[in-house]
Amino acid sequence: MRSVQDNIIQLKKITKVYDTGAVQVEALRGINLDIKKGEFVAIMGASGSGKSTLLNIISCMDRPTKGEYFLMGKDVSKLGGDQLASVRNKTIGIVFQNFNLLSRTTALENVELPALYSGLSSKPRREKAMQTLKEVGLEDWWHHHPNQLSGGQQQRVAIARAMINQPPILLADEPTGNLDSKTSVEILGIFQKLNKEKGITIIIVTHETDIARYAARIVGFRDGLIIKDEIVSNRLWADKVLKNNHFRKKKGGVAV
Amino acid sequence: MNILVILKTALKAVMKNKMRSFLTALGIIIGVSAVIAMVSMGAGAKISVEKQVASLGRDVLMVFPGSHDAAGRHSGFGTITTLIADDADAIVKDASAVALASPTVRSTAQVVYGNMNWTTSVSGVSKDYLEIRAWDLEKGENFTTSDNKGSTKVCIIGKDIVTNLFDEVDPIGKIIRIKNFPFKVIGVLTARGQSMGGQSQDDVILVPLTTAQKKLLGITYVNGIMLSAKSSDLMETATTQIQEILRQRHRIRAGKDDDFTVRNSADIAAAGSAITTALTFLLGGIASVSLIVGGIGIMNIMLVSVVERTREIGIRMAVGARSRDILSQFLIEAIFLSVVGGLLGILLGVLLSSLIASLANWSTYVSFFSIIIAFLFSAGIGVFFGFYPALKASRLDPIDALHYE
Repeated sequence: MRSVQDNIIQLKKITKVYDTGAVQVEALRGINLDIKKGEFVAIMGASGSGKSTLLNIISCMDRPTKGEYFLMGKDVSKLGGDQLASVRNKTIGIVFQNFNLLSRTTALENVELPALYSGLSSKPRREKAMQTLKEVGLEDWWHHHPNQLSGGQQQRVAIARAMINQPPILLADEPTGNLDSKTSVEILGIFQKLNKEKGITIIIVTHETDIARYAARIVGFRDGLIIKDEIVSNRLWADKVLKNNHFRKKKGGVAV
Repeated sequence: MNILVILKTALKAVMKNKMRSFLTALGIIIGVSAVIAMVSMGAGAKISVEKQVASLGRDVLMVFPGSHDAAGRHSGFGTITTLIADDADAIVKDASAVALASPTVRSTAQVVYGNMNWTTSVSGVSKDYLEIRAWDLEKGENFTTSDNKGSTKVCIIGKDIVTNLFDEVDPIGKIIRIKNFPFKVIGVLTARGQSMGGQSQDDVILVPLTTAQKKLLGITYVNGIMLSAKSSDLMETATTQIQEILRQRHRIRAGKDDDFTVRNSADIAAAGSAITTALTFLLGGIASVSLIVGGIGIMNIMLVSVVERTREIGIRMAVGARSRDILSQFLIEAIFLSVVGGLLGILLGVLLSSLIASLANWSTYVSFFSIIIAFLFSAGIGVFFGFYPALKASRLDPIDALHYE
């Protein structure tokens, strides 16, 4: 029996119903899921399986219709909008498939954004953003706008943005969906590094088995229910894959 | 998020769309400048009126003959002939609050000098008239008591008469003919320029009262009495005293109406200022409409901006922006537009009002107060019309906002 403290995320009978007026769609049908601190979990499923809904709930962008969600031992399923915003700001970093960077805003300013809302003053904010950018290997690109960066670079900026407030959890929604295979592996490498070196709990949502194999645990979804929950036996490591495989050459990718 | 960051974010958003921001602010610029220019016209008119009232003389009271009431017929102002020069003397003697008095009669007459002629207003007054009205002599001298007693044919002329009859000649000591009687010019009045209505205040000839009554008009009554109170505080007392003395002298029984009217410069000033205040409000009110239209322009653009930037809002919310962060961001942006518009509008308004002053020959006055009001009003417009779009932005659902295409 695991103690509550071990579970950084604990979902109990989570149900989510979308009321579209005429029809009620049950996207999640009583999900129970525990994720321990420092785990690297891949949530898998086809589109419409409910995995994105689950991600929205875990990331505190949305509230469950029914059920309880304990985040670091605290029930967050009934929090108000501003409290959820604070959770997103400090406890959970989110990375999206389409990067979701602010256009016409420099990489550095994009990274600064969460620190802006956590109230960090100008100078330490800038320094911290620069340092976080350095960690994803983009310190020389700080003044570039997203449209001047490659997809991989944009996703790195997004990761830096998710990490600036040093949240214990990083959530990624199809983080490699818009990237070529080599860049995808590089991004997954960053996740693995963050997971291993900083002990950050990482949850990625994907529909690709190849991507899921970089995680330590796979949770499979279908029709709003968990259909499988298993430890990855032949886990892939990004640094090894990058060393051994010959990817097509592509400009702009920076090796980790 | 501190205010500096919010301001910077707002400034950035405004600068991203320079043309649109300018056009949005233009509504406010026009509105504020219109208000400033219009109010300055009203204020200018007010000052002109005040000046004119002041030109009546300080602490001046006027007595006019009343009107006839016979068999229900109400004839016009000043048709009664009961007011006489002795009334003026009696008032000065008995009313403690009254300093000076001069009976006046008016007529219009043709005046001739050499081969030049001019038609002007000729007033018969006593020697105290100049002092009561605070008129100065440019040269020459005032009437004396004996001029009135002896009905001497002397006159004091205004600047316009000098220009129209004398040209380059020094008028003092010259003989002009008024209604064919020869009058010796003994003084010239200092020029006082145009009145509010555009009439010249210098087109006037003064002659001794008795001379005017006997030679020019053939009457024994007077058209009015000009008086001055001993001080501003005594205006009301003076009015009461004048009424009492005249009622007694004219033998008006209690309960009957006065056969005269007493007015004082303070009342006239109040009436004038009431009119110009109304004018100011009217002009300002009309201009305010354009300011409100400008505000609606801001609201419109902010609503469009919120829709356009839905994804941006979603991103900000996803990384931890609270509703109030989003609300203040958009609100500050609207206030920024309206305040900058307001400041430019103040500049343009001041420019416009000086342009109106020089081109339309309408005196204008931009008060510091009207600038402050215009500024605060434009900021208020920003808050009022920016609030709804900002509220709309802050109430967006983060997930919907992120997936908005």
